[in-house]
Amino acid sequence: MADMITYREAVAEGLAREMRRDPSVVCLGEDIGAAGGVFKTTAGLFAEFGPERVRDTPISELAIVGMAMGAAMTGIRPVAEIMFSDFLACCWDYLANEIPKMRYMTGGQVSVPLVVRTANGGGLGFGAQHSQAVENWALAIPGLKIAAPSTPADVIGLLAAAIRTDDPVVFFEHKGLFASRGEAAPDGHVVPLGQAAVARPGSDITVVALAATVPIALAAAEELATSGIQAEVIDLRCLVPLDMATVLASVGRTSRLLIVEENPYQGGWGGTVASIVADEGFELLDAPIRRVAAACVPLPFADALEDEVIPTTAKVTGALRALLAY
Amino acid sequence: MTPDVGSGLLLSLYEQMAVIRGTEQAAHDLFLAGLVKGTTHLAAGHEAVAVGSSAALEPDDYVFATYRGHHHAMARGASPAECLAELMSKATGVCKAKGGSMHLTKAAVGMLGSYAIVGAHLPLAAGAAWSARLRGTSQVAVAFFGDGATNIGAFHEALNLASVWALPVLFICENNQYMEYTPIGSVTAADHPAADRAASYRLPAEVIDGNDVVAVADAVGRAATRARSGGGPTVLEAQTYRHFGHSRTDPATYRPQGELERWLEYDPLVVARRRLTDLGVAEGDITAVTARAAQTVADAVAEAKAAPDADPAEAFTDVWADGGCQWRT
Repeated sequence: MADMITYREAVAEGLAREMRRDPSVVCLGEDIGAAGGVFKTTAGLFAEFGPERVRDTPISELAIVGMAMGAAMTGIRPVAEIMFSDFLACCWDYLANEIPKMRYMTGGQVSVPLVVRTANGGGLGFGAQHSQAVENWALAIPGLKIAAPSTPADVIGLLAAAIRTDDPVVFFEHKGLFASRGEAAPDGHVVPLGQAAVARPGSDITVVALAATVPIALAAAEELATSGIQAEVIDLRCLVPLDMATVLASVGRTSRLLIVEENPYQGGWGGTVASIVADEGFELLDAPIRRVAAACVPLPFADALEDEVIPTTAKVTGALRALLAY
Repeated sequence: MTPDVGSGLLLSLYEQMAVIRGTEQAAHDLFLAGLVKGTTHLAAGHEAVAVGSSAALEPDDYVFATYRGHHHAMARGASPAECLAELMSKATGVCKAKGGSMHLTKAAVGMLGSYAIVGAHLPLAAGAAWSARLRGTSQVAVAFFGDGATNIGAFHEALNLASVWALPVLFICENNQYMEYTPIGSVTAADHPAADRAASYRLPAEVIDGNDVVAVADAVGRAATRARSGGGPTVLEAQTYRHFGHSRTDPATYRPQGELERWLEYDPLVVARRRLTDLGVAEGDITAVTARAAQTVADAVAEAKAAPDADPAEAFTDVWADGGCQWRT
């Protein structure tokens, strides 16, 4: 049996592999050094690479991402950590106005090869300012690549691709997955950005998921399998580039599509996926496209309330049954 | 290192300032003629800050400027023709007409951009300085910014972290006395909005004469030497004045009567001419250089006017590293 590794350990392992490979890769963020990160996703890096390549910063998100951008423009490959994705709002200027526009508005003169890593999503009871799934914020901005892995091996493989590309990447690590385990990635493992994975093959209905909604979709698919229904689960892995070829090919086989996303229904990424399928795959469909997304309210604190708002296996199972009965 | 500004170098700096002044006037006139669209934030009056700083910097140093940045682009080596072509939406624009007046950039000469979100580029300069140290070079990075930027968070976050990390970065404020339409003193709890804040970040600061190209070169040279030797950042606050309003639509009627006239008597070109005369440079030599600068500008205007318009296909290039704009398969 292959070695097993947690999603949390995979983040540190993925960073370490790239830092060993390329001396221009550096990390900066709050408490990422000797403390190893509040989620322990940088554990061991400070000891191996030292304080100049694994830099602790103040609580200063503008300086973290702004300095990463300036360094990226001048020959360094920085990986900036924003502790909780909610805090991206504190440095949103860089993600909205500066980083994604630099190459374009200089007519191709300047590249910004950086990664902004951040702990995203709910399910841990952190309340409205530490639990949001905000990958759709980044999707609103042309010029940012967006990765959101669901397995430890994908964490390592996508992190390698994100660090190596000359394009800026926002890398969403899901808080609810940090303790999950999976097979370790082999040496040199790289998952190209923009290639979805078929997490579970099936012929009856397509479920498109991302990050923490992948295990939810897989659990729902297993439940339906006991009734003889085979759902195909597609792990998008990235929102930009968005692998619609894989989604459309699957819908061509199943003729039904459910999208499971943790960001809010209003403005969520599933709306983009649905619009492309409606536009380019209308004749493939035998049922309406449905979305299970977070409700359009702030994230509540109590588990009983949070479960009402974000996708759960029961909600996905219910939506699948309803779509199959259409 | 602080340059020894003798008469030969000073005459050259004077000519650069005269070219920038003429180009800014041309940009103004081309706008009124309908050949420049959008808006412009002209730097007429600020020339000494850009030209004096450039004289004190090395070719591989990094410069980050604001949306009022034409003077920095040209002082660093962008040609007046490619700057005007950018403003005029021409294919030969310094950013292929994809940036415009507010985003002049010439990376090949270390001019790493003009930024139109106030204060955003101060952390970028600190990051470039960190990069220089990581790569083991002796480069310094310079952020030029207006007095209005000193009240925004990025200014304070950049100064703090640059100080803690002792980075080779210079923070140079062009204090032109107005935050857009508002006197800076009426919205700032400091007499010198940049320099007075430096001490709270354990940074040295100087208030300098931003209209005297020699004084600017001297101060920037000393600060750069200090930064290169590991002494960390310096804050310079250059006192200056803009001749035009904040932007194209601003006639600057809020300025007290006589204020502009007083500053025009102490304009960077006037100050430089006075210094040249004091150094014994003949009036005829100054006049000849002035005429040559005017010809340079006239040639640049003609070149930009004659250039082809931007190719519409360029709207779909330069988003990603592969040169294209594909976001999905």
